[in-house]
Amino acid sequence: MRFMSLYKPGKETTAPPTEQEIATMAKLIDEMTRAGVLISTGGLQHSGKGVKVRKAGEKVTVTDGPFAETKELIAGFAILEAKSKAHAIELARRFLDVVGEGECEIRPMHMAADCAAA
Amino acid sequence: MSDIHRAIDAVWRIESARLIAGLARIVGDVGTAEDLAQDALVAALEQWPESGVPRNPGAWLMATAKHRAIDGLRRGKMLERKHEQLGHELQARQEQAVPDLDAALDDHVGDDLLRLIFTACHPVLSTEARVALTLRLLGGLTTQEIARAFLVPEATIAQRIVRAKRTLAEARVPFEVPRGADLDARLSSVLGVIYLIFNEGYSATAGDDWMRPALCEDALRLGRILAELAPAEPEVHGLVALMEIQASRSGARTGPSGEPILLLDQDRARWDQLLIRRGLAALERAEALGGSRGPYALQAAIAACHARARTPGETDWPRIAALYDALAQLAPSPVVELNRAVAVGMAFGPAAGLELVDALSTEPSLKAYHLLPSVRGDLLAKLGRIDEARAEFVRAAELTRNARERTLLLERAAAAQVLTKPVRFDS
Repeated sequence: MRFMSLYKPGKETTAPPTEQEIATMAKLIDEMTRAGVLISTGGLQHSGKGVKVRKAGEKVTVTDGPFAETKELIAGFAILEAKSKAHAIELARRFLDVVGEGECEIRPMHMAADCAAA
Repeated sequence: MSDIHRAIDAVWRIESARLIAGLARIVGDVGTAEDLAQDALVAALEQWPESGVPRNPGAWLMATAKHRAIDGLRRGKMLERKHEQLGHELQARQEQAVPDLDAALDDHVGDDLLRLIFTACHPVLSTEARVALTLRLLGGLTTQEIARAFLVPEATIAQRIVRAKRTLAEARVPFEVPRGADLDARLSSVLGVIYLIFNEGYSATAGDDWMRPALCEDALRLGRILAELAPAEPEVHGLVALMEIQASRSGARTGPSGEPILLLDQDRARWDQLLIRRGLAALERAEALGGSRGPYALQAAIAACHARARTPGETDWPRIAALYDALAQLAPSPVVELNRAVAVGMAFGPAAGLELVDALSTEPSLKAYHLLPSVRGDLLAKLGRIDEARAEFVRAAELTRNARERTLLLERAAAAQVLTKPVRFDS
């Protein structure tokens, strides 16, 4: 089963990650890759560098960051191929252990990729 | 199942292979190692609902299993030889005065897992025993899950695993990674087992238990694990590439009512680009290691030709024909030859393909193989030999055991019939 885990740290900082943080995260990513469960992952830059493009009716608006709703801000994502939702939860728990705190929103992805006959 | 039991189940899936592998190195026997790991699991099931999941569940399970091992030794239930080994191992650890036992264990984890894979796929075992043991020890599947996936009674799988573990013990199969000349043959057994598991899942159909298609994912995980454990082996990357690319098409392989859709008729927008990219990257790794001529790398390269083509018309058929040519020389088989005929037919015209197919008409192993008349029918239809084509499709429909495929073939026969009308009308 394929899941996307969206990491929301609950706060936003412009400080780049420390060497130590980078090393710890690299180790975790390496472990999960070796276990064959981590399919793709990436970290996002500060929301001040982002934009929001919205369409309501025919009207398109483009809003520059930073975004106000700090609690909902996504700082990174991981695509996991896990045996079950509980398996994905355990992987997210290990990730949160490494990053310290925050929340992972885990969402099953649509099945087109799975071997299950559609 | 309660949340805590689901959590324990998840921890088990993540930790069990490493646990069993680490224990097997210490006690020297896979069967004993698995028993100890199971004991630790039982202890977790007893204690964690009260205490919660420990912060480092893997270390907890390992410590518990080791205590059980020592208890077992004290009760004299194990061989004296193993006692000495274990004592020696623990003593050596203490002498190293490693402050962090987990770190010491971590250093061994990769080697231990590799040893476990080679042991589970040891040639002293039958193929079906290798498959069951690999899924159980490396994949973390329960006996019940394996039974459901392979559509056999649970008792059969349980017995198969018990016998396999006994065979390994009786044959005194050492817990090690083979070296030198042995390595190639043993590695090919491991790759064969993983690909067999993948194909079992890939052949699952719509009505099957979900455990069957899940075998594809289990095989992919095993392949990806192996690729990191043995990164210098090109064929491992070749196999991973082949499985990733094949799996990328799984969402497009069947229609709304479960009918199979042939590769060239598939909606390519439904191919999983993430898996295709992973597959192409794995293939590059195999080729960079000089392994482009290995049997799995060749098959992956063929799959990659299809994956790279945005439309069927963009397919590089001459390259596919050349790759099948190389594969036929490396591992000659009538099925490969038939596929080569298809590619040649696409690359150089149906007459050239038909010539190769006709050379296979006396091949005894293809006598009951429905794809031979199916391919022949296709080539004949392209040459405008409609009556012959229809007869071949009907024959193929008679030979296939798959009901949906039969329907498809009969439809093609009927379509050939419809096509004959304008042809006759014209002439």
